[in-house]
Parts: sequence; C-alpha cells; structure tokens
Amino acid sequence: MFLQHLADGILSGAIVSLGAIGLSFTMKILRFANFSHSELLTWGAYSALIFASFFNAFGGVFGQTIGPFSFGLSLVIAMVGSCIMVSAIALVLHRYIFDKLSRTTAQMTMVFASFGVALILRHLVVLIWGSNPIYYSNDLQFAILLPGGIRVMPDQVFLLGLTIVTVVSLHLFMTRTRTGIAMRGVSESPELARVSGVNVDAIINWVWIIGASGAALGGVLYGMTVQLRPELGFSLILPLFAAAILGGAGSLYGAVLGGMVVGLSENLSVMIIPTTYKPAVPFLLILAILYFRPEGIFGEQKR
Amino acid sequence: MMIGLISYLVFFLIVSLIFSISVLGLNMQWGFTGLFNAGVAGFVAIGGYTMAILTGPSREVVFGGFELPFIIGLIGAMVMAGLGALIVGLLTLKLNHEYLAVATFGIAVTIQLVCLNWEYLTGGTLGLISIPNPSRDYVEGALAQNALFLAIVLVLGGLVFIGLERIVKSPWGRMLKAIREDETAAASLGKNPVRIRLEAFVLGCMLMGLSGALYVSFIGYVSPWDFLPILTFQAWTMLIVGGSANNRGAILGALVVWGIWTFSGFLISRVVPSDIQAQGGAIQAILIGLVLVATLLSRPRGLIGEELNVSRHARS
Repeated sequence: MFLQHLADGILSGAIVSLGAIGLSFTMKILRFANFSHSELLTWGAYSALIFASFFNAFGGVFGQTIGPFSFGLSLVIAMVGSCIMVSAIALVLHRYIFDKLSRTTAQMTMVFASFGVALILRHLVVLIWGSNPIYYSNDLQFAILLPGGIRVMPDQVFLLGLTIVTVVSLHLFMTRTRTGIAMRGVSESPELARVSGVNVDAIINWVWIIGASGAALGGVLYGMTVQLRPELGFSLILPLFAAAILGGAGSLYGAVLGGMVVGLSENLSVMIIPTTYKPAVPFLLILAILYFRPEGIFGEQKR
Repeated sequence: MMIGLISYLVFFLIVSLIFSISVLGLNMQWGFTGLFNAGVAGFVAIGGYTMAILTGPSREVVFGGFELPFIIGLIGAMVMAGLGALIVGLLTLKLNHEYLAVATFGIAVTIQLVCLNWEYLTGGTLGLISIPNPSRDYVEGALAQNALFLAIVLVLGGLVFIGLERIVKSPWGRMLKAIREDETAAASLGKNPVRIRLEAFVLGCMLMGLSGALYVSFIGYVSPWDFLPILTFQAWTMLIVGGSANNRGAILGALVVWGIWTFSGFLISRVVPSDIQAQGGAIQAILIGLVLVATLLSRPRGLIGEELNVSRHARS
C-alpha cells in the first residue's frame, strides 16, 4: 500500500505544483496572498470543457481518443485554449482590480479583494455549469500495473509527463530568455530591475500569464484524473499555499518541490490518520513551517 | 400583511445583529489591532457547538446535552472560543499578515472538518437538534418569542458595543492602534506587542463565539453547514463595507450586507425557477463578492471609516 500512496502522492503533488507556481510568484512580486488564485484552476478545467466540446463537434480525428488515454486531440487543443482564456481572466483581474489597488491602498486590501474575486469566480462557475460533477469523458480506462503492485491510469502517466515538460520549459524560459531573466530580476528586487531598464509592468503581466497557464493546466489535469466541480479550486487553497510557503515565495523549484511534499504528505497521511481528516494535512504543514521558520523554508529571512 | 412584514423585519434584525457581534469581534482584531483573521467561521462554530452541547437535551450516543441555562451556554461559548483563540494565537501571532491570513483560514477548514467528522461530539453531518431558545419559556406565539429574542440580542449587542467603545478609548485600546501603526515604535516604548495582539485576538474570537451561540439557540439546531467559509467572507464584507476601525461601521455594515444578501435571496426565489435554485444561491454570493470589490475600489474606508485621532496640539 505504501508504494501506491507514494504514487498517488506524486500525482496529486504534480497538480499542486502547477498551481503553486503562479501563487508563489504573485506572493513574491505583487506581495500579497492571493486567495483567488486557486479559482483559476477551476476556470482552467471548465474552460477546457468549452473548447473540447467545440472541437469534438468537428468529429473525425478530433473525436477519437489517443492511444490508451481517455481523451483525444480536442482536449489537447483545449488545454492551449484554456491557458489563453485563464491568462486573459488573470490579466483583466490584475488590470482592473489588483493593480489599481496596489497603487492606492495598503497591501492587505488586495487580500480582501482576492476574497471577493474568489467568491465571484467560484460562483460564476456554479451559475454557468451548475454544481454537479462533470467529466471530460465517460470512457472506462484500464489501469496499468507497475512493479510493486502500483496501479496507475494512462491519464495519470500523461499528467506526470506534462508536468515535467511544463516545469522543464519554465526552467529554460527563466534561465535562457531575456523575459525570463528579467522576471527573476523583478522577483529579487523590483526597484533594482526598474533602474536597470526592465519594463516592470510588462514583466508583471508575464508573471500573471505564466501563473494562470500553470493553474489552467493543473485544473485540466485535475478534471481529467478526478472530476470537474465548482469547489475544485477552493479545496486546493490550502495545498497551494502550503506548497508556496514551503518552497519560499518567488521560487519556481521551491513551488514544485513544495507541491510534491504537500501531495506526498497528504497521501501518506492516510496511513496514520482517518481519510476524512486528510484536508487538514496541508494546514498542519503550513503551521509547522511557519512556527519554525516564519519566513518560509527557502524564503529569505528578514532582519 | 403588516404582521408578516413586522415578523420578517424582526427575524432580519435578529440575524443581522447576531452577525454584527461577530463583525465587532473582527473589527477588534483587524480594525483596531491589524490582525488578519480569515477563520471567523471556525470561531463562530466553536461558540455554536458549545452552546448546543451545554444547553441541549441529553442524547444517547452523543456527548453533552447538559441542559444548562442559556446564560451558562453563552459564557461557555465565549470561554471555549477564547481558549481556541489562545491556542491558535500562541502558534500563529508572530506571523506577518499574509501568513496569518493563510493560517487562520486553515484553522477554520480544520474546525469544519472536526464538526463534520467527530460524531461523538458534534453529531456529524446531521448536527445537533432541539437546542432550547430561552424566549420560548416566557411568551407564547412566534412573533412575541422572536421579539423577546430580539430584545435579548439587542441588550447583549448593546453591552458588547458599549464595552468595546470604552475599551478602544482606554489606554489599552490606544496601545492596540499604536501596535497596528508601528509595532517597533510601540515595542520601544516598553509595550509587549505579541502579548497585546494575543489579548485582542482572544477578545475578538470570544465575541465570534458569543454570536455563534446566539445564532444556534435562535434557530434551534446546529450543523456543519452553518459555518461554511462563506461566513468568513460575509463577515469581512460587512466590516469593509461598514468601515474598519469603527464599531458603528461594523454594525452598519452587518445590517447593509445582510440586507443585500436576504433581499437578493428573496428576489431570486421569486424570479428563478425552483429547479435551478443552486444557481440562484450563486448569484447571491457573486453579489457579495461584487459589493466587496466595488467598496475596496471606490470607497476603501467603507461607509463610515475610522475617526481620525489626531493630537490636540497637532491639529491647529
């Protein structure tokens, strides 16, 4: 059973990692805890539903499933569409709410605003799609039996593969491109970046696009391997924060590593505590980290 | 028609005034001390369940049912919520704002999980029923009972309000604001910020517990679904809309926001067909979110914000 929990932990950790990347960067660069970030995962999952059914309508190659997976070309294209749509949502929120507030009022005002935004985003999903669970596909899938008696679905293998590809391409983006390097600069010190001639506002838009796209992918993968429901993102608030805080705000690898730790500890915890208390595990992690290191594990210490 | 309207108004006032006690507690924490408590629902739940356990009828398989008097229930609820706050505060109050928000949010989630799953204590998903309402012992008829309960809530709410007004103007209250504005400066004057923040946090949570206890004895039952995270969001919206760091603002905000909530709910129940009522409820929540964001953007100080406290010598 231990190996199975380990595998499940890595899989759910991958989704948390994808979502935590954006949260971690907004915490560092925009300096506020964005409680609405997890709703971007919900919107990612549901936007993909729109695009997928649009392309499914063409039939033919779009409708067929690929290999052992439960989905076809239409959902793969839908993922791209979903990233674009969620990025657009994030940019609109930034432009008309968060950016405006950050210029006029105290930091904490942005946290209140994120409460309001979260309420609006979550309940818009209920309004549009209803509150019942939805699935991308009703096809049955056969589990693959790995050595050690671990069962995984082909879709879960895809989940892990896509997460690795995403993180590696983000790594290349942050280390090889001008925009990526500028982003790291802004994350270190916005003022220094600005005097070095970096267009900070443009970089912040990129932060939102990357964070939103990660959230969108995480949402689609959650929808693919679990189900779509309006509370999808809401139930991930604490795991996402735990991952971002554990990894230290503003660190790509920290967020990924933090996501893995959160996923693993959630899934391994069921060996010790009743499953019903599993949602409290990320909270206990947060409490433990903050108690021993109030600035986060990898975060810099203020003096 | 007239009677219907009056009894509805009484009902509305009871619920919104009970809410306002929570919002006053939140105002003590955020408005005056600058402590970000995103776990209001959790402390209200502690108060509600304590009331149910202390005053409810004895039960076969569930702990509690001590059938104690109403007033003991109220005191017990405040004590338990205060104890919970003390533990939470000792663990989290040295954190900065963002992390405190995340940590307290987590506490509310955890408390809700306990309410859902610890059946021996809380009755699980079914909750606890037949919690006595003291007004039923003295008068007959629904309207008269509600009017009496409203009087109880008014007296208690009034006492809380007067108490808080005095506290805020006391030396201790001025110290709260000093810590909110500049913790280092306050510490340099020999004050102990951590300890004072803890005191303000516990006091605020006790008021949330009181409001939970009143709510439960008013509606007569308690279940985990009464303390969903949306309760926290509602309380915050009330405080922001009314005006942070102003006790009158906290009460006004509770009345206005609860008014918007119930009135929109009433309209939706009339307009939206019954098979999509879940969607109707979503409209209410969206409206609250919009009110919160719009207030922050257009009137960040709320309807009536903090009265500035400038020294007589500096004013000239």
